Amino acid sequence: MAKVIEGLYYSESHEYVRVEGDCAYIGITDYAQHALGNVVYVDMPEVDDEFEIEEGFGAVESVKAASDLNAPVSGKVLEVNEALEDEPELLNKDAFANWIIKVELTDKSQLEKLMDSKAYEAFCAQ
Amino acid sequence: MQNKRTCLYDKHVALGAQMVPFGGFDMPIQYAGIIDEHNAVRSHCGVFDVSHMGEVVISGRDAEKFVNHIFTNDVRGLEVGKVLYGIMCYPDGGAVDDMCICKLDNDMFLMTINAANMEKDYEWIRKNSDGFDVVIQFESEHYGLLAVQGPEAEQKVEEVLNIPCKDLPFYEVRTVSKFDDTVIISRTGYTGEDGFEIYGTHDFIRDAWDKLIKSGVTPCGLGCRDTLRFEVGFPLYGEELSKDITPVMAGLSMFVKFDKDEFIGKEALQKQKTEGVAKQLRGIELDENAIPRHGYKVLKDGREVGEVTTGYRLISVEKSCAVALVDSSIKLGDRVEIQIRKKTFPGTVVKKKFYDKHYKK
Repeated sequence: MAKVIEGLYYSESHEYVRVEGDCAYIGITDYAQHALGNVVYVDMPEVDDEFEIEEGFGAVESVKAASDLNAPVSGKVLEVNEALEDEPELLNKDAFANWIIKVELTDKSQLEKLMDSKAYEAFCAQ
Repeated sequence: MQNKRTCLYDKHVALGAQMVPFGGFDMPIQYAGIIDEHNAVRSHCGVFDVSHMGEVVISGRDAEKFVNHIFTNDVRGLEVGKVLYGIMCYPDGGAVDDMCICKLDNDMFLMTINAANMEKDYEWIRKNSDGFDVVIQFESEHYGLLAVQGPEAEQKVEEVLNIPCKDLPFYEVRTVSKFDDTVIISRTGYTGEDGFEIYGTHDFIRDAWDKLIKSGVTPCGLGCRDTLRFEVGFPLYGEELSKDITPVMAGLSMFVKFDKDEFIGKEALQKQKTEGVAKQLRGIELDENAIPRHGYKVLKDGREVGEVTTGYRLISVEKSCAVALVDSSIKLGDRVEIQIRKKTFPGTVVKKKFYDKHYKK
């Protein structure tokens, strides 16, 4: 059973958003890492890149497939998790502890369209 | 329509395998994980359920002549017990399928074909047998097939399955009686490691699978079957060989015997061999850790020159590599780029073998 954490926002394409003030950490969920299998490469954007909600901002690649990362919210990249460059398998070890990018939120009202932990749990069970 | 299941389906599910549709079957892509399964085969021993593959037995007075007619390699005068790899081609040289053929007896051959091509192959073989004195039997439903692969495969097959195989040379096959069952074992595989392929009844295969798993052999899915075969440069039908990619384009001319009087596709392939081909398969090793995938574009000085057929971040060595179908002007040592999403990644054209095979010959 995949782990789901309370207090985060979730997208249908299995990204999570952890909000801290005007910023947010974005990563993939435990369900996503489990479905992908061994992660061997994370394609991340550059600091200062900006993207709109639902725009692709990179990819997580397992041995067998590349899976696009879709922005659950609009934002500007403040930081990327450089540890994933050398150790992409950190996403398999703990997807929630290893965020992929930190962004400055452009529009906090977009968070309302995402799922809470209960709704996401139900979504994954479908 | 529901996918077919091999005789080991319930055992895969019980082991927690991730099942996916493949060639008309529901097959395990992985159990614990592709990387661990891959490494088990390179360093110890892994077992694959490859019962989805098709078996065709060709026998009769014209068996040798018929096999040579539909197959690019040459079985003339082949000793009983030998195995040959080759391709079955259309008249234009495109590949119908690729396969190993075992010579089981005088005038009796066993062809093992890809699951995804089974119906097409049956039709092709039947259609081209007019005028030959042969009996063609499609035996896929009666056989289960295990591939036991890795440096410890010999020991496991001898000790766990009690099938003598130490003295079986590379690319040879023998038939063994086990109780009421007849078992066919060949020293062949698709991983680049020493190993065996074992054909038997469903009961025998189910029992053998349980014994191997219980003795610590790693169950391996189709995921690592692909990473293993790719590292050592084996083609996969549908990627590196197809109706549009001939054996000559795929760099498999050594398995095409032009000194045979005739075989389907000979003229077209001979022409390609003599006059050259527009596109051919090449290996590409990227400078950086990015992953080329099937269909990604290959560029030279900004101009598109081909596309990737298979690519991986290799597991046995730290490299990102691709096999790509590119213009024949692209030579070994050339610098090219692969377009991966929004970026391009530079790499060097190399041989298609990225990791050395480890056979016992």
